Amino acid sequence: MSILVKDKEVVVPGEALADDLGFIPGYGTYRFNNKLLASRLGLVNIEGKVIKTIPLAGKYLPKRNDVVIGRVIDILISGWRCDINSPYTAVLSSKETPEFIEKNDDLSRYFDLDDYVVAKITNVTSQNLIDLTVRDQGLRKLRGGRIISVNTHKVPRIIGKKGSMVTMIKQATNCRIIVGQNGWIYVDGEPQNENIAVLAINKIASESHLSGLTERIKEFLEKETGVKINLEDKGDYNGLQ
Amino acid sequence: MDFETKKHIIECLEKDVRYDGRKKDEYREIEFKIGLIETAEGSAYVKCGNTEVIAGVKISVEKPFPDTPEDGILMVGAELLPLSNPKYESGPPDSVAIEVARVIDRGIRESKSIDTKSLCIVKGEKVWSISVDISPINDDGNLIDIGSMAAVAAILNAKFPKYENDKVDYKAKTDSLLPFNKIPVAATVLKLGNNFIIDPTELEQEAADSRLTVTITEDNKLCAIQKGGDGTLSIEDIDKMMSMAIGKSHEIRKHIKQ
Repeated sequence: MSILVKDKEVVVPGEALADDLGFIPGYGTYRFNNKLLASRLGLVNIEGKVIKTIPLAGKYLPKRNDVVIGRVIDILISGWRCDINSPYTAVLSSKETPEFIEKNDDLSRYFDLDDYVVAKITNVTSQNLIDLTVRDQGLRKLRGGRIISVNTHKVPRIIGKKGSMVTMIKQATNCRIIVGQNGWIYVDGEPQNENIAVLAINKIASESHLSGLTERIKEFLEKETGVKINLEDKGDYNGLQ
Repeated sequence: MDFETKKHIIECLEKDVRYDGRKKDEYREIEFKIGLIETAEGSAYVKCGNTEVIAGVKISVEKPFPDTPEDGILMVGAELLPLSNPKYESGPPDSVAIEVARVIDRGIRESKSIDTKSLCIVKGEKVWSISVDISPINDDGNLIDIGSMAAVAAILNAKFPKYENDKVDYKAKTDSLLPFNKIPVAATVLKLGNNFIIDPTELEQEAADSRLTVTITEDNKLCAIQKGGDGTLSIEDIDKMMSMAIGKSHEIRKHIKQ
C-alpha cells in the first residue's frame, strides 16, 4: 500500500492520491484503474484507510439530516419550493409541517414567498430531488433578524466542536444565531451586537485555516463587547439555536 | 425585498445602526485610480466599499447637431454589466441603466462646467464630441454617486488627441485638457421609514422607500435633481435630504480633486 500525498496537502482534480486498492475513496475522490484520484480542489484528509478531500470553496451540496436555512421561492399545490443556496432547489411538503393543513387551505398563510425557514433535509435522491421538513424541535419560520451568507465549507468552524464557537458568540453578543449547513446564518439581537456577531462570523470564515482561532475570536469578542467570556460554560447545543 | 428584512433594516436604523457599522451619513472608503486605460483619452477607476466603477472618455470629431451648430457634443452612457451583479442581464440597457446614465449626464451637462462653445472647430461642420462611458465592475449600491465621481475624474484626466489636416491621430495625445472648470458632485440620499442615509449598499437600496439625487457644483449651485423610488417625500423631507447631500458633496469633491 502506498500513499502518494501527505495529509492536509492541497490537491487538484485528477491528481493521484494512492496507487493501490488498499484505500477506500471518500468524498471528492474516485477510483480509476488501480489509482485513487481527486475529483475536487481541496485538502487531502487521510483517516485510516479512507481518503477524502475537503473542498476549499464551492456551492453547498445537500446531505440528509442537515439543518439548513431556506428561502421560499415558489408555492406549489401541496408545498413550498425553497432556495437552499445549492445548485438544486428543495421542496417542503405541506404534510411536513407541525400543524395539519387542510387540502384546499391557502399555503401562503404558513410560509409566504421570500420567507426564510429553518428546515431539515429528510431525503436527497440520486436525481437530486431534496425533501425538507419543519417537524422537529427548533425548526420554524424565521422572523426579524438578518440572514448573512458565508462559505459553506467554513460552517463546521463557525459552529465549532459541539457548538463551542457559536455558543461563545451567542454568549458575548446575546444574539439568537442559527447556522444553516448551507452557509446561510440567521442573526437576531440588538443592532449593535448583531454587527459584532456578523464581524466575528466573517472573521472565523476568513481565518479558519490559522491556528489559535478560538483564542483570537474570544479576544475579539471581549474587546468589542466588553463581556468576559468563560470558555468552560458551553451551554446546551442541539445543532440548532 | 421581503417584508421582514426591510422591517429589520429600518428597526436597526431607528437605533442608529447600519448593517456594516457605519453612521447614517458616512461614506464607505473611497479609492481613486486615474488614467488606467491607455487607449481612452481619459479614464478613472473608483472603488467605494464593494462598488467598483470604471469610466472612460473618448474624444472624437463629429458633425454638430443642426440646432446647435457651434456647440460641442457631450454624451454620458452607462452599461450595467452582468459581471457586476447577477441581477443585470446583457442586452440593450434597461430602465435602471438609463436612469443612472441620464442622472449623471444631466449633472455634468447642467453644471455648465464644460464650455461646449469652445469645443467648436468649424461652425456647423466639425466639433469635438466627448463621450463618457461608465461601466460598473462590481455593484454594491450607490451607482449614481460613484459613477458620477468616476465620470468627472475621467473627464478631468482626459487630454485631446492630435488633430491635423482633418484627421485625428489617437496615438499622439496633446497636453491640452478639456475645458472643465467646476466640479459637479452627485450626492444621493435615501429615505427608509423616517431615516435618511447616504451611500447605500445594495441591500439598503432595495429596502429604500424613495431616493433623491442632488448634483451640486463647487459654488453650491444646484444643477440637477432626481427623485426615485415608490415612496413620497414631503417638503421637510426634501429640505433635510438636500442639506445632507450638500454637506456630503464637499467631502466627495475633496476626494476627486486629489
